[in-house]
Amino acid sequence: MPNQSDLLTHHISQQFNHELEELRNNLLSMGGMVEKQVSDAIESLINADSDLAIVVCEKDTDINFMETSIDQECSRILARRQPAASDLRLVLACTKVATDLERIGDEAAKIARFAIKLSEQGEAPKGYIETRHIGSHVRQMTQDALNAFARFDAEQALAVAKEDKAVDREYKSATRELVTYMMEDPRSITRVLNIMWVLRSLERIGDHARNIAEYVIYLVKGKDVRHIGLKRMQEEVFDQQLDD
Amino acid sequence: MSAEELYNVIDRKPEGDEKKDESLNKTLSEALTVKTAITYPENSPEKYASVTADGRAEPPSAFYGAVNPESLGRGRSVLNLELETTSMEVSGLNLFYGEKQALFDISMKIPQQRVTAFIGPSGCGKSTLLRSMNRMNDLVDGCRVDGQIRLTDTSGVQQNIYEKSVNVADLRRRVGMVFQKPNPFPKSIYENVAYGLRIQGINKKRVLDDVVEWALKGAALWNEVKDRLHESALGLSGGQQQRLVIARTIAVEPEVLLLDEPASALDPISTLKIEELINELKSRFTIVIVTHNMQQAARVSDYTAFMYMGRMIEYGDTDRLFTNPRKKQTEDYITGRYG
Repeated sequence: MPNQSDLLTHHISQQFNHELEELRNNLLSMGGMVEKQVSDAIESLINADSDLAIVVCEKDTDINFMETSIDQECSRILARRQPAASDLRLVLACTKVATDLERIGDEAAKIARFAIKLSEQGEAPKGYIETRHIGSHVRQMTQDALNAFARFDAEQALAVAKEDKAVDREYKSATRELVTYMMEDPRSITRVLNIMWVLRSLERIGDHARNIAEYVIYLVKGKDVRHIGLKRMQEEVFDQQLDD
Repeated sequence: MSAEELYNVIDRKPEGDEKKDESLNKTLSEALTVKTAITYPENSPEKYASVTADGRAEPPSAFYGAVNPESLGRGRSVLNLELETTSMEVSGLNLFYGEKQALFDISMKIPQQRVTAFIGPSGCGKSTLLRSMNRMNDLVDGCRVDGQIRLTDTSGVQQNIYEKSVNVADLRRRVGMVFQKPNPFPKSIYENVAYGLRIQGINKKRVLDDVVEWALKGAALWNEVKDRLHESALGLSGGQQQRLVIARTIAVEPEVLLLDEPASALDPISTLKIEELINELKSRFTIVIVTHNMQQAARVSDYTAFMYMGRMIEYGDTDRLFTNPRKKQTEDYITGRYG
């Protein structure tokens, strides 16, 4: 296995070292921004803070811009350096992770738009507890996935992928509960539906975090673990293929 | 902030609304209906319907309608060294130049009609290994070899090329070699290609004409030189000379083609032509190529061997070796780190 701390440094070309490090740092700072967007969006929803929600909506363009600039940087490195092995995987993982981060950003903006809508309607509706819970859960997942990326830690990535299952379960039970509210009181349907969209967005953020975790496993282990189920993913992560 | 402004923000993305309705219905019906899952009994044929006889899971048939999986990745995912027919087999090869040992216990199989590349830093022994495959090292004073290299002939019989009974001239006809610098003879283009046949005693003009044309076409040079076959070969450009040398080598129909840095003295376009040629020639010959240029190895070869300090560090299919090498030394070398 490539020594983790060596993964970026020690190229004969210092310039190449520098480019890869910068790419990774840009991606991580984009990740930080996205994380903040998610927590701000949830915050604005729960506190009915439409000013904060508007800020979140506006910041989404910054994230879109970062995605394109990271992709540009990746294609430049591919064209000029022809990276191989772990460098190649790093560049590929970066473009993929950037895509998923941008999607997370979109979901955060969507949540913020619902926050504005809901703050108009006044009175905290049902489902905020679930929102807060699932929200902090997926935010933690995103953070862990990015940490795993920063540390080239496949095992932490695996843990994130496993967490996604729990989020899916929580989402399902929250939906059920909200449906019972709607059946009890048809007047609340519009409002509860909005909450439902928020939950849906949060659940999608969990999925994107899982995707990021999968790219981390690809980056570290060189194995494509998408669409193969958790059990085989675990086998792949703990499969020792490198002799030294 | 007025309500109107707020709605402007809210309605910035109205186009997703229909989709939302659809997925809403789905969510609702999911939440309100009790799912009845079909469970197949253990080991029932339905459960394993999608697994073929040899145990490989097959994608559902609808998948083939959409994409042809063979067309993905040029169908190269099937490459497996274990399943290849062996053309040459090196086993336990140790080679010494006087006191100094240059190769340490090399064992590998060179697959038939594939391109195998040797990569590694200078002095790692890749050229030595290549040269030992047609006993070019016999010409070096104090060179001593133990171990075997077995060449499989057309009828499938393997013979150790270091046996005493082997005729070296005949071996070098069967295992042809092209060097780094083009070395055409100071003769005409025609005579260069016909040379190998003439020393075999073939002098019939019709046969020679046919072979020269075939070999030059095979080396992708025919169109450029057909009008000046009887001019000196030294008037050709470097890239053309190198292709002429390849034509001269394939004219005697070898089984294996050894290429020692065939493109390192050439410009990028000539290099690409040589690479294209290698790709075409592999349907007829087994090709072994030594190259300093890793990108070239990645472009042309099916299998790659990484050598370091006279040892074979890693040998496997090129796609894997360049995306996910198993050894740290390989990783360091192909990514350009300190070894």
